[in-house]
Amino acid sequence: MTAIEVRDVRKVYRRYGRRRQFATLKSALLSGRVMRDLRPDDIFEALKGVSFDVAAGKTFGIIGRNGSGKSTMLKLIAGIGRPTAGTVQVRGRVSALIELGAGFHPEISGRENVYINGMMLGLTKREIAARFDEIVAFAELEDFIDAPVKTYSSGMYVRLGFAVAIHVEPDVLLVDEVLAVGDESFTHKCLDKFAEFRRRGRTILLVTHSLDLVTRFCDEALWLDGGAARAHGDPKRVVDAYLMDVAAVENGQLMTPDESPDMFKTGEGRWGSREVEITHVDVVDGAGQPAHVFQSGDPVEIRLRVHANQPVTDFVFGVGIFNAEGVCCYGTNTHIEGATAGELNGDGEVRFTIDHLHLVEGTYKLDVAVHRENGTPYDYHRLLHTFRVKSRLKEAGIFRPPHRWSFSGGIRISGPQ
Amino acid sequence: MLYSLQQLLRYRSLVQSLVVRELKARYRGSVLGFFWSFVNPLLLLLVYTFVFTVVLPGARPPELEPFALFMFCGILPWTWFSSSLIESSNVLIAGGNLIRKVLFPAEILPIVTVLAGLVHFCLGLPILAAFLVYYRVPIVPTDLLWFPVIVAVQLVLTLGLALLLSALTVHFRDVRDLLSNLLTLWFFATPIIYDLSQAPPQVRRLLNLNPFTHLAVSYQEVLFRPGPFTEWPRLLAVGAGSIAVFLAGYFVFDRLRDTLAEEV
Repeated sequence: MTAIEVRDVRKVYRRYGRRRQFATLKSALLSGRVMRDLRPDDIFEALKGVSFDVAAGKTFGIIGRNGSGKSTMLKLIAGIGRPTAGTVQVRGRVSALIELGAGFHPEISGRENVYINGMMLGLTKREIAARFDEIVAFAELEDFIDAPVKTYSSGMYVRLGFAVAIHVEPDVLLVDEVLAVGDESFTHKCLDKFAEFRRRGRTILLVTHSLDLVTRFCDEALWLDGGAARAHGDPKRVVDAYLMDVAAVENGQLMTPDESPDMFKTGEGRWGSREVEITHVDVVDGAGQPAHVFQSGDPVEIRLRVHANQPVTDFVFGVGIFNAEGVCCYGTNTHIEGATAGELNGDGEVRFTIDHLHLVEGTYKLDVAVHRENGTPYDYHRLLHTFRVKSRLKEAGIFRPPHRWSFSGGIRISGPQ
Repeated sequence: MLYSLQQLLRYRSLVQSLVVRELKARYRGSVLGFFWSFVNPLLLLLVYTFVFTVVLPGARPPELEPFALFMFCGILPWTWFSSSLIESSNVLIAGGNLIRKVLFPAEILPIVTVLAGLVHFCLGLPILAAFLVYYRVPIVPTDLLWFPVIVAVQLVLTLGLALLLSALTVHFRDVRDLLSNLLTLWFFATPIIYDLSQAPPQVRRLLNLNPFTHLAVSYQEVLFRPGPFTEWPRLLAVGAGSIAVFLAGYFVFDRLRDTLAEEV
């Protein structure tokens, strides 16, 4: 059985432009152009024909960039606003966690607000009375429930809003990025509550930027891009596709400055006597294609094209990797690693291959150089080349040693991925 | 529209709680609290008594004495009417967060405003009654039976206009400014601080087109004048018109409903 059925949904927002700003009712009436002034200047299509089903009891995640139509979709499913075309059908009671505590009145007590908020969400007075203690306990506000809501901290406010919304016991729960608020322990409590919902066969629809949450919790995921569905299905696959697209976009952004030839001409960040020059630097991926964004653990190769303006016999190639704070993550050169220089004449290419780039997520800069054994540079590129490392895990530090976890004895834990 | 009206019935306990909240929140933080509902009309009555007995003690038909009390019979319902309209023209914008984030019938907000005004009106009645007794104004009990009818007609009229104005203001914010001036004109176009008989005949014809004229005259006849209550055919006509206004107001509101969440 499907709990949510979305068919070819389009949503068009009308934008009233400059003309409307000064055209008021009076001028509209005076000029007799009410109908013309009511016509929009511009339309914005937030959703361009999206269809999907959510089976009852499933947890469904919607991901996408800002402005991709996620929240619009959620509002249509919640019944706040109607689609311009297409149909949305929801079976069962819906509760939407869109803005927590949206209906609270600051001047009256938490207790009265719980009742009014609950009734707005569709409960009867008696149902609220039956759940009241549970709601207050969940929000951890036993001591403050009779104080006016305006005295609450923002965390207390949100906790109470969440507690009311979750105790509506909906068949379909819609969640819009609300877990970002509240402290760690409350977030865990919310996640536990979601898990409980799942166990009891309720349907959850989650709109979030937390991809981790989608892969961990959802049975299915949808990726919205510019108002249209880009991918739909297994959450891990959808999230990976999304991440690759994000990486491609960032790649494009990093590419632009780096490709400009001016970079090489500026003296800053580059120095040396230039008997030998590094004419070109490429950072390439496993397929040999120039790239600027890598997944942690991917192969990376740094290629240096060098040109000797005169033959030299004393030369060392060096590479250094620095993180955004300027900390050297790794540095090496051919001399340190025991290579003995023979002769360098004319053009040549140096490849520095890293089989697995074990760095945590972040932006990194490269030093590449060719210099004499005593360190006198021929050509030194200081932090001129940038690449980025992405990871689904948000670990701390710089270096990610290959590792695994194992547990034995009285430990029950479902394994990290 | 019928479906929406039916939905509204389901939310009646919410309406009730919101009215209570409105009243509680209004006086939260003031020393006298609920007493203001009594004190406000009392002070208003004192001001009018002062103005019309000390400042302007002009000649008036003797049947309008005590004049302050005569005016009070009209001012009390007028205050309910005008403050309800002014507040409901703003209520959807003020509650914009609610409309955009929570699914519930938006018409509840203007309805709550009008009903809260009704409660204030009712709280002012004991003051009025006390002065009627004090001045020994003769009350005809059968006329008094009409009193709830007048209130009901006014309620339906106010609700219809409140729904219309609240939805229109979302699209045209200028309604608010227009309205406050319009209400001033409307106040003077209603026989509240004068008697209908004092107006010249041609003007009287115009005043008769004003529905609130008949509400005011009804209040005055029932509460202030010695019986019998003769305004009732016109009151019932206004009642029928009010139902039409309510349906029209609700129709417009229902049509604009989908745009509200986007525009506020």
